[in-house]
Amino acid sequence: MLAAVLVMLVLALMLGLVLGYSAIRFKVEGDPLVGKIDAILPQTQCGQCGYPGCKPYATAIANGEADINQCPPGGEAGMRALADLLGVEPRPMNEEHGVSKPKSVAVIDENVCIGCTLCIQACPVDAILGAAKHMHTVIASECTGCELCVAPCPVDCIVMVPLQESVANWKWRYPVHTIKQVA
Amino acid sequence: MSTPPYVLGNTPVGTIMFKVLLALVPGIVAYVWAFGSGILITLALASVTALVSEAIMLKLRRRPIKPSLSDNSALVTAWLLALALPPLAPWWLVVVGTLIAMVVAKQLYGGLGYNPFNPAMVGYAALLISFPVIMTQWPTPLEIAQIKLSFADQLAYIFNRVLPDAVQLDAISTATPLDYLKTELRLEHTMADIHQAPVFGVFGAKGGEIVITAYLLGGLYLMQQRIISWHIPVALLGGLAAIAGVFHLIDPQHYDSALFHLFNGAAMLGAFFIATDPVSGPTTPKGKLIFAASIGMLTWVIRTWGGYPDGVAFAVLLMNLCVPLIDAHTQPRVFGHDKS
Amino acid sequence: MISRLLKLNGGVHPPEHKLESTSRGIAAVPLAQTLVLPLRQHVGNLPKILVQPGEHVLKGQQLAEAVGSISAAVHAPTSGVIVSIEDQLIPHPSGLPDVSITLKADGEDRWMERKPVDWRNTERLQLVAGLRESGIVGMGGAAFPTQIKLRPGGGSGIKTLIINGAECEPYITCDDVLMRERADEIVKGIVIANYILAPERIIVGIEDNKPEAVQAMREACAKSDVRMDVIVVPTLYPSGDARRLAAILTGIEVPSDKRSSDAGLQVFNVATMMALYRYLELGETVVSRIVTVTGNVARPGNFEVPLGTPMGTLLEAAGGTLPNTNELIMGGPMMGFSLPSNDVPVIKATNCIIAGAPLLFPAPPPALACIRCARCAEACPVSLQPQELYWFAKSQNLEKAREYNLFDCIECGCCSYVCPSNIPLVQYYRFAKSEIIAQDKAKEAANLARERNEFRLSRIEREKQERAAKHAQRAAGAKAENAGDTSDADEAKKVAIAAAMERAKAQKEEAPPKNTDNISETAQAEIAAIDARRAEQKNAEQEN
Repeated sequence: MLAAVLVMLVLALMLGLVLGYSAIRFKVEGDPLVGKIDAILPQTQCGQCGYPGCKPYATAIANGEADINQCPPGGEAGMRALADLLGVEPRPMNEEHGVSKPKSVAVIDENVCIGCTLCIQACPVDAILGAAKHMHTVIASECTGCELCVAPCPVDCIVMVPLQESVANWKWRYPVHTIKQVA
Repeated sequence: MSTPPYVLGNTPVGTIMFKVLLALVPGIVAYVWAFGSGILITLALASVTALVSEAIMLKLRRRPIKPSLSDNSALVTAWLLALALPPLAPWWLVVVGTLIAMVVAKQLYGGLGYNPFNPAMVGYAALLISFPVIMTQWPTPLEIAQIKLSFADQLAYIFNRVLPDAVQLDAISTATPLDYLKTELRLEHTMADIHQAPVFGVFGAKGGEIVITAYLLGGLYLMQQRIISWHIPVALLGGLAAIAGVFHLIDPQHYDSALFHLFNGAAMLGAFFIATDPVSGPTTPKGKLIFAASIGMLTWVIRTWGGYPDGVAFAVLLMNLCVPLIDAHTQPRVFGHDKS
Repeated sequence: MISRLLKLNGGVHPPEHKLESTSRGIAAVPLAQTLVLPLRQHVGNLPKILVQPGEHVLKGQQLAEAVGSISAAVHAPTSGVIVSIEDQLIPHPSGLPDVSITLKADGEDRWMERKPVDWRNTERLQLVAGLRESGIVGMGGAAFPTQIKLRPGGGSGIKTLIINGAECEPYITCDDVLMRERADEIVKGIVIANYILAPERIIVGIEDNKPEAVQAMREACAKSDVRMDVIVVPTLYPSGDARRLAAILTGIEVPSDKRSSDAGLQVFNVATMMALYRYLELGETVVSRIVTVTGNVARPGNFEVPLGTPMGTLLEAAGGTLPNTNELIMGGPMMGFSLPSNDVPVIKATNCIIAGAPLLFPAPPPALACIRCARCAEACPVSLQPQELYWFAKSQNLEKAREYNLFDCIECGCCSYVCPSNIPLVQYYRFAKSEIIAQDKAKEAANLARERNEFRLSRIEREKQERAAKHAQRAAGAKAENAGDTSDADEAKKVAIAAAMERAKAQKEEAPPKNTDNISETAQAEIAAIDARRAEQKNAEQEN
């Protein structure tokens, strides 16, 4: 009886030591979770999630304050990637935060723009160029399609234009076997 | 618009499976000669059960029925199981075995291409575990049989378990050499004495050695037709022969020769027809060698030290389990890459 | 010298169908009225257009110039007038339109002044730099700008120069007839390449199903001062793939993450060599190419076709399509693709046009489940495991597909060709590849956006601090001034106000746009263009 108890005790002690040692030896440095979440987010910086940008949303998710289904630009795929990373169940997208749309870029109607700079101040990635009382323009390659510039414009000269499929960005489709028509 | 390549030069799945069936025909003919025509009844039973059960399962799974039935894969499974069962096995045994193979081992896993285990061997193993007595009742080879049952007698025995008057079960059944060897060795009889028993043939089992030689011929036909590659048969038979040979050299009194092991039981059928099932086997050449050599050696281990007279089915199933691991570790070197 | 040839792993032997188009010599095609020249005829950057609609151009004149290092120029294939510069259907698997120059032929077919180059007395680097204006790209179908591959590699250099006359794909015979009829021109091109690259050895690799071409090339090579060996390789698809051919001929496997030149090899197509000769010795830019027209046409053969010629004109030259023709394939039956229309133009990569018919290319039977038979792995010339890649691509497990070397796949189609289950394997790989590329691009864009957002946030923060500091300074300054002499202070204030007004005036005139520092050249150009447009508009308004 005593021997059994002693064996158990020694075993428990030894296992405890091993666990304690490995906790120190294999410690994960820092808190990379926010960074990992941020890496999945599309960096549109649109704020549709209810946070001022992707990083704040990532922080909120990491802190358990926000759900993973609040990012429309990331869409279903982004939500799934987050669920995978965090080890939680995927859930339907929360439509309160908007619906997923095809990627668009902002285009400024140059003839209407009055050069008020409001859109420049709104752009989260400095993708709009221009000066006061001078017409502004959007750098298409750097526009994330966040739509934040659309609302501030006093003359409604900014429209979101969906990206067209072209030879340059065209992708091969998932194969579907089409039955050839016999003439 | 169609997609490249616009030309195909393939051997369709249905043709591949048909050639496998064709390659089994010499073995079946020899089987009829050696053990009687009862095997034809078993084959027919298994075939019908396999086709019907597969059709029902496909219907339940809402999959197209015609392409899957016409690929001949159900028949291959049925025939292999039928050939592995003892001839004159009761009809329900054949049906149950085939159902386990087709429904559980194949369709429930997703049908052809998705089953991790060889369906025929799953059916066989399930029967062997559940009905060990019937599964080891082999009929006496016709060459040495006192009584020869007519086709009608065999039919009646398979379906009703009734024998003609004055015929006892013992008179028509006998232990296989593998079984006999195991029992006699346990009784500490000498190897030379054991080999005097009438069930032993010239180099394998009496009657059985002809069937096994016919399987070998059928297997060589498959290799010549490039239906199977040389890797699995050679490695399986090589592995079996190597381990059997080494132990035979060390202690010939207790371990029988490589030739004995090659021409007894399901080794030959397994090497050319069972282990070569592509779905449940590895895909890399090196993987095939490891897989098959392991089956060969495991077969010998189970035969020699295990509880069952033959070990091919269990060896195949055990190695089926290892296939993903084998594949992952035997990836060939890609062009322009260092050996990694 | 007898060299042992390396045996290629895998490969297939599809029916060749080459005899149909080799019975006739290279024929001319009647000049089409309208020629369409897509800017995207090569791998790399889109060239910059140098002409405007309405402009008259001469044959061989440069219409668009190479931009950046990997790019190629586009030239006028005949003399005529530029009609338009707009999106047109081009021969591309997407079936999408792309920016093209449309040229209306004037029928004179008048060359510009051709200036042959005295290449023997030109410095090599200078020679290669000049090739940017030649428009020469790999004529085997890959269309990689040739001047990049001809850059003399300094000390490391090219040891073996390989000339690819393998032409392994069924139906295609344009290189075969070119070697038969114009071996001398090819050899002259090789001599130039030899001068530029100074290799230790030159090998011409030709498959053994082209004995006439081998004979012609051997005779032409024998006449040359430069030593080059014609080596016959066994016919096996895809031996003509550059890396595969190099391995067969030299035994050297180019590492998958390196270029051929890193392994001391360089591979050129025979037609590319002829183009090199024509540019440097005759002063002719790339304005035409040899195209095989075969399949379901009345008179299959090879044609010398001005670039931009509509496929329809080309088919007519081959006697027109036969009944039942249901599609046009550009390239061979293994790697080609279906064309969206008969009107798309011939481009530099057009080596073959096959009129397809149900009898020639029957529709594949429905795909069945993969049975893991690994016939695809046996056929794969890259030693990949196509069945694994198929599983990963099918389940969109893209990372795993990449890990299993998806990007080493050359899309040769051998796996699909042998698949007993008729699975369109290559389509799955193409899908997975383009999906991965798109994801990588999206990732890159996201990283850029993150960086720019962080920069903006830090800038806003910095500006805030700067403003706060200025406020504090001004407050401190005001205090000090109040303590001093008032008249002096008034004087100083006046000067300060005047200076500030001056500054404001200057500022108003210049109005430097905000956040224009640190932007790319293209964006700068964009701004300049917009400013110009605005000035124009202002002028117009004033005139009104």
